[in-house]
Amino acid sequence: MTSQVSSPAEPPAPGEQSKPGKEIRRLDRVIVRFAGDSGDGMQLTGDRFTSETASFGNDLSTLPNFPAEIRAPAGTLPGVSSFQVHFADHDILTPGDRPDVLVAMNPAALKANVADLPRGAEIIVNTDEFTKRAMAKVGYDTSPLEDGALEAYNVHPVPLTTMTVEALKDFGLSRKEAERSKNMFALGLLSWMYHRPTAGTERFLRTKFAKKPQLAEANITAFRAGWNFGETTEDFAVTYEVAPAQAAFPPGTYRNISGNLALAYGLVAASQQADLPLFLGSYPITPASDILHELSKHKNFGVRTFQAEDEIAGIGAALGAAFGGSLAVTTTSGPGVALKSETIGLAVSLELPLLIVDIQRGGPSTGLPTKTEQADLLQAMYGRNGEAPVPIVAPSTPGDCFDAALDAARIALTYRTPVFLLSDGYLANGSEPWRIPDIGELPDLRVQFATTPNHTDADGNQHFWPYLRDPQTLARPWALPGTPGLEHRIGGIEKHDGSGNISYDPANHDLMVRTRQAKVDGIKVPDIVVDDPTGDARTLVIGWGSTYGPITAAVRRTRQAGGEIAQAHLRHLNPFPANLGEALARYRNVIVPEMNLGQLAHLLRARYLVDAASHTQVTGLPFKAEQLAARLQEAVAQGLTKEAAHVR
Amino acid sequence: MSADALSLIPKADAKQSMKDFKSDQEVRWCPGCGDYAILAAVQGFLPELGLARENIVFISGIGCSSRFPYYMNTYGMHSIHGRAPAIATGLATTRRDLSVWVVTGDGDALSIGGNHLIHALRRNVNLKILLFNNRIYGLTKGQYSPTSEVGKITKSTPMGSLDAPFNPVSLALGAEASFVARTIDSDRKHLTEVLRQAAAHPGTALVEIYQNCNIFNDGAFDDLKDKNTALESLIRLEHGQPIRFGAEGAKGVVRDRATGDLCIVEVTEDNEADILVHDAHAASPTTAFALSRLADPQTLHHTPVGVLRSVRRPVYDNAMADQLDAAVEQKGKGDLAALLAGNDTWTVVG
Repeated sequence: MTSQVSSPAEPPAPGEQSKPGKEIRRLDRVIVRFAGDSGDGMQLTGDRFTSETASFGNDLSTLPNFPAEIRAPAGTLPGVSSFQVHFADHDILTPGDRPDVLVAMNPAALKANVADLPRGAEIIVNTDEFTKRAMAKVGYDTSPLEDGALEAYNVHPVPLTTMTVEALKDFGLSRKEAERSKNMFALGLLSWMYHRPTAGTERFLRTKFAKKPQLAEANITAFRAGWNFGETTEDFAVTYEVAPAQAAFPPGTYRNISGNLALAYGLVAASQQADLPLFLGSYPITPASDILHELSKHKNFGVRTFQAEDEIAGIGAALGAAFGGSLAVTTTSGPGVALKSETIGLAVSLELPLLIVDIQRGGPSTGLPTKTEQADLLQAMYGRNGEAPVPIVAPSTPGDCFDAALDAARIALTYRTPVFLLSDGYLANGSEPWRIPDIGELPDLRVQFATTPNHTDADGNQHFWPYLRDPQTLARPWALPGTPGLEHRIGGIEKHDGSGNISYDPANHDLMVRTRQAKVDGIKVPDIVVDDPTGDARTLVIGWGSTYGPITAAVRRTRQAGGEIAQAHLRHLNPFPANLGEALARYRNVIVPEMNLGQLAHLLRARYLVDAASHTQVTGLPFKAEQLAARLQEAVAQGLTKEAAHVR
Repeated sequence: MSADALSLIPKADAKQSMKDFKSDQEVRWCPGCGDYAILAAVQGFLPELGLARENIVFISGIGCSSRFPYYMNTYGMHSIHGRAPAIATGLATTRRDLSVWVVTGDGDALSIGGNHLIHALRRNVNLKILLFNNRIYGLTKGQYSPTSEVGKITKSTPMGSLDAPFNPVSLALGAEASFVARTIDSDRKHLTEVLRQAAAHPGTALVEIYQNCNIFNDGAFDDLKDKNTALESLIRLEHGQPIRFGAEGAKGVVRDRATGDLCIVEVTEDNEADILVHDAHAASPTTAFALSRLADPQTLHHTPVGVLRSVRRPVYDNAMADQLDAAVEQKGKGDLAALLAGNDTWTVVG
């Protein structure tokens, strides 16, 4: 379904039109957080609210946050699952720091989230769940709804469960079954409050429950009941409008997309653009599994997905497929990368194209499987035996995962090398509006396979030398099994430059190590673009990967506060853009925010002898723009001091 | 499912000979190593398949045996320790026009790579796995292996090894292998016949080859090789034939009526009719497994050789190709623009 954003928003569908008595306030942006038990369907509720918001034409950014356990004990703090969506009438960059509205489905959800709310925030609580026992379970001795603990907020007590069950009394469902639709009641209420379109959700429910039409109707009824409750109750006197973000979007057709979906689509697109079959060898791991799930749906694109017996077999099978001429991919997260390291080293030695997709999560070890982190950069850079350079590409937003996948494929195919694609949990599960690219805009990734011998010996005999390189790219020829006359053997033992035969010759090894490094160093990547509007900034903030949104938001705040700061963001971590050293040298003060303990800063300091300062956070959550802005303002002040010292 | 493992593989234009399969690389195994005999048998037998040489691939792991691909004038990959079955799986599932062979050893396949071996077998990918079993670690200079007998004195076990060995044939049968055979490096005729059957098998074929390491475990299989002792120690299996061995077939294998297990008896007129007839195609692997257990794990006395099991079941790579075809049939060939657009879009006009 396509809606036209340039025309006025479609009128609300269910119930009547808003009563003339209710006040409508216009807002430029809102942050809503849905929170409940892991079994309460908060992710689905958030997804639906997001889809409606996207189709309404707001800019948006989301932050799903859920426990690693499938069903953590009900009503406990560790079992709380939440979904935050930030939407606006203008271009926004993050899921927002502090929710304006919290929907708390139980006492645990309230307790786990209330500290994040600013004064005056609206809290919608499901009073039915605020029983003595449920409150005691999370340490509330008295009811926060009555003891004044929530005085600073605008609390709307709503018996969500009772009203849902009441609305569904004619459906002949058990109480337990009927209660399950309370998330749809909450969605209906929020949809009313923010004038969200509803047709998409009703259509979604009919499709989701196509085989159980009664459940579809029950959920739609609960959804409408929530809407109508908002419409009629005196407790909600105000509704809010957030106009479509027309100016934020260049013309085009848009959809909402998560990072993992965009990445999966990027891989399919790369396969089509390269005219090579896509092969994914993978072992399930959070938060990467959704890419395996998504690609396994697209067999009609010639996509082969192989769920291997372990991480090692996942990449092994991918490498075998690469030898045979597939666009080969393995998807994983940090612990899986550790297991794949030896095979990545083999791929470096074989010089075959291979994509290693690492959806980073909190570490070390099992760490925080469902939370985000950027702490695999040095693992990707250095985590192998011997000198084994691997190019690294990092997407910066959910939608950018699509382009980054194509870019990683370009590098792998052009230079015959494994390539790391470093996404993370925040990008993987977060979503944003995405302009659907025109197929004609996508890069041509077609490759030339070797078809004829490339070497003539002294006796005039023709041979195929698998390690005779392209002088420009230093890539070796890709000769597929099945090509007559090019039979050759490759392996992980050092091989002779050119012929590829086993060689233990010292000088040859030195040459091969340096050549493999030179090949990666010589990969063409775009120059880094520094955003420095006045040209007078003394401080540069530089980041990589998913911190793009929070850093950019913090830079805007800093500039609004009068601070002059330049910003650059790295997509290519290996090799770095050729102009990076020169760009860094232009600034007195360089600050590097990262969701690790300073891995990029470490690389920059080592490589460019730049006194880069780290600003780090490893909470499993993205940076908050406000906090980051405060740090950037400090950095700007430092930059000016350094400048003054230098001038003196 | 293809009836023949080789039907999708292009044929050679001209008659081939053994030398067509010899690469220009100097063979660097120790003089006297059993690997030479296996290499010669493979190079000698491949011409009869008549396959285009460029459509044959040998993939190996790490170990003495894993140097094998370098000596074959085919496509090849010498990979990393234990991972050859995984790598070969990726190649075979994407390229059904190739004849993919895995060369591995007892350490490579059963120790570091044990997981990949059993999963390749259960999946039934179109792979031919040659497991050179010398019951020792050769390349690392003489530590005991997962097939070494208990009490093996080696550099790493000066007081004798403690752990019980794997019987690779039993293991493969337990892992749902559709083709399992055992042969011996020095018996060129038997080795060739087993290779022939393995090559023709659709799905994964595991061939265990007893291979002498004359440096670190010399004579490990002498009892099975010496004409006199072999009569008693070796049980040659032939499909459809009664299982008899010993001088003039004096001994036979019968099923114990009480336990259902197999046991060895002196053949008499009374029990001759009870001698088990070998059925490699039996749907159940139970009897093949019982046969594999006749061998004494320490001495290898009563070791069955030949094809223990050869059954047809769906081949993974064919099934995967069928799913791709079915997906195109059901949904049409993938349309990238439609995929990217999805179902919920909105348009911003300038």
